[in-house]
Amino acid sequence: MKQDVTKTNIDVLKKLLIFSVFMFGFGYALVPLYKKFCEVTGIYELERPDSLARNTEIDSTRVIDLLLDANIRGLSWKFRPLQNSVQIHPGKLTEVMYEISNESDNLEVGQAIPSYTPKNLERYLKKIECFCFTKQELQGKEVKQLSVRFLIDPEVPADIHAATISYTFFKVKTD
Amino acid sequence: MAVIQDVHGHDHGHDHPTGIMRWLTTTNHKDIGTMYLCFSLAMLFVGGFLAMGIRAELFMPGIQILEPEVFNSFTTLHGLIMVFGAVMPAWVGFANWQIPLMIGAPDMAFARLNNWSFWLLPVAALLLITSFFVPGGAAAGGWTFYPPLSTQGGMGTDMMLFAVHILGMSSIMGSINIITTILNMRAPGMTLMKMPMFVWTWLITAYLLVLVMPVLAGAVTMVLTDRNFGTSFFNAAGGGDPVMFQHIFWFFGHPEVYIMILPAFGVISEIIPTFSRKPLFGYSSMVYATASIALLSCFVWAHHMFTAGMPVVGQLFFQYATMLIAVPTGVKVFNWTATMWRGAMTFEVPMLFSIGFIFLFVIGGFSGVVCAIVPIDIQVQDTYYVIAHFHYVLVSGALFALFAGAYYWLPKWTGHMYDETLGKWHFWLSMIFFNVAFFVQHFLGLAGMPRRIPDYALQFADFNMISSIGAFGFGLTQLLFAYIVIKCVKGGEKAADKTWEGATTLEWTHLPSPAPYHSFEHPPVVK
Repeated sequence: MKQDVTKTNIDVLKKLLIFSVFMFGFGYALVPLYKKFCEVTGIYELERPDSLARNTEIDSTRVIDLLLDANIRGLSWKFRPLQNSVQIHPGKLTEVMYEISNESDNLEVGQAIPSYTPKNLERYLKKIECFCFTKQELQGKEVKQLSVRFLIDPEVPADIHAATISYTFFKVKTD
Repeated sequence: MAVIQDVHGHDHGHDHPTGIMRWLTTTNHKDIGTMYLCFSLAMLFVGGFLAMGIRAELFMPGIQILEPEVFNSFTTLHGLIMVFGAVMPAWVGFANWQIPLMIGAPDMAFARLNNWSFWLLPVAALLLITSFFVPGGAAAGGWTFYPPLSTQGGMGTDMMLFAVHILGMSSIMGSINIITTILNMRAPGMTLMKMPMFVWTWLITAYLLVLVMPVLAGAVTMVLTDRNFGTSFFNAAGGGDPVMFQHIFWFFGHPEVYIMILPAFGVISEIIPTFSRKPLFGYSSMVYATASIALLSCFVWAHHMFTAGMPVVGQLFFQYATMLIAVPTGVKVFNWTATMWRGAMTFEVPMLFSIGFIFLFVIGGFSGVVCAIVPIDIQVQDTYYVIAHFHYVLVSGALFALFAGAYYWLPKWTGHMYDETLGKWHFWLSMIFFNVAFFVQHFLGLAGMPRRIPDYALQFADFNMISSIGAFGFGLTQLLFAYIVIKCVKGGEKAADKTWEGATTLEWTHLPSPAPYHSFEHPPVVK
């Protein structure tokens, strides 16, 4: 009798162990399963909107008047755009230049933070290259020219005729 | 009914080693049950200490006691220790003590495996606690350890993940043991539908554990390999998806909350009939309700993720599936109430905690239905409303049921009565301070106070102070519980074999108090 109980116990143990190992594998299988499920049912866009192919044809019927603004906070620098404004067609890749110069004799580090008006412009402004992506270092009396390359998405609302891009350089503490 | 003294095994009772070796090498289900219960009580106090730290920091606006990083570690480890270290081992402890006694088996099916399942726990606990002292501190990304925070933290996070692995392994082994014991070792005549409700709820809980614990082990392994071996399951830069982790985690995590509450339903279903002196109303509907709760719990995981990005179809499915769980849960609550109806009720401490459980668990259940509604959930996601909800179901749910069960069975375990007066003090102080601590958190949540943040806006100050005072009171009250238990173990009025007049299960009708070291070596016959 006792022997039988032990044997049937071991049988249950084996089944449950195999089941546990199977469920461990199932945990891993969930990764492709979820993806497949979403693909088949189409209930979730696995591709983010940013990576989808879009119409980026230049819309030469529209012109947007873009004002450039530059400010400094806590640095002894001068910072100005080399042109005060540009007129651009939506979809056209544009480059604008800025100039920073260190008025002091010491090394200083700054970081530019952008700000846009109208405030929903950010969704349509695609920057390919910008000095605001990294910190900027200027030795004493050094002068540097910086560029921003960007385009404005042709889907920008039709009531936007003028916009402002403003950069402010903030001092970055260095150790 | 005459009590049949089971003394056959008594002679062997003294051939086990003594001192520390008795506990290290024991394969006796009662010894192991005791160790589980002591361990979980100790962890309750560790987790409780962390909770006191959290509430002390939130006593006033501003940062006074804990730096934000340490605060985050406190909330993270509080959750992990309470879930994996306190509540789950406590239920396994109850299962170890009670299942063989209630089904008339001599011991658990795999006694050595049982020993091993327990001794893994202190190792994991040590990993969790010492992780506070390693460089970088303990894990701080929340108890749900979502990537990218959990793939970024320092060594403390690795220790936490490893500890969760060990705790999961222990749970799986424990539940395999429990399933085998229940399926194969019931006394002759005890059919499945004659089993006590506590045994039924544990059988279903154990199946849930072997179903979802390995999935958690998979998720933990993926996070570990993402951290240490360059895989990219959840790393977006390598083509992985962090939201995927949430799906896998909650596939485990939602059944997990039922793993913590189903044995509580079982204990309450034993105590209410005993102290109402009536059989449980609707026994078979209770069994089916438990099974349907367990089944439904596997299809509602994404209600934890309504704001993580999901199509409306998905949100609606998970909303309705979640609300459906209220139906079998309602069946249970009505059955308990119907059991009490016109019963000859008395209000000893186990009964008080059980009625307190029903009252407060229903409040937690209702706020759960509120959270299930997608538009409301989007508002209250990650606020104190959610904190209030899950403390109502886990503290006044699982923990109150643990207290009820402890008071109910302490006379059988120790052979002594606990101090009834102190027990009543414990209940009323817990009841009052619990509500002071957590009821106001509903208001904080509705007003928008986010969880897991060490500071808050000034308008939340009053309710936070009230909540902290309640929490301190609740924490201190639990020291009283520890005192009552120690006092009861050391001595007290001799408990009768059938301590409670209305009790009907085997441990009361067939065994003396305290239960002998070896019981039911010759199985009783159940008619």
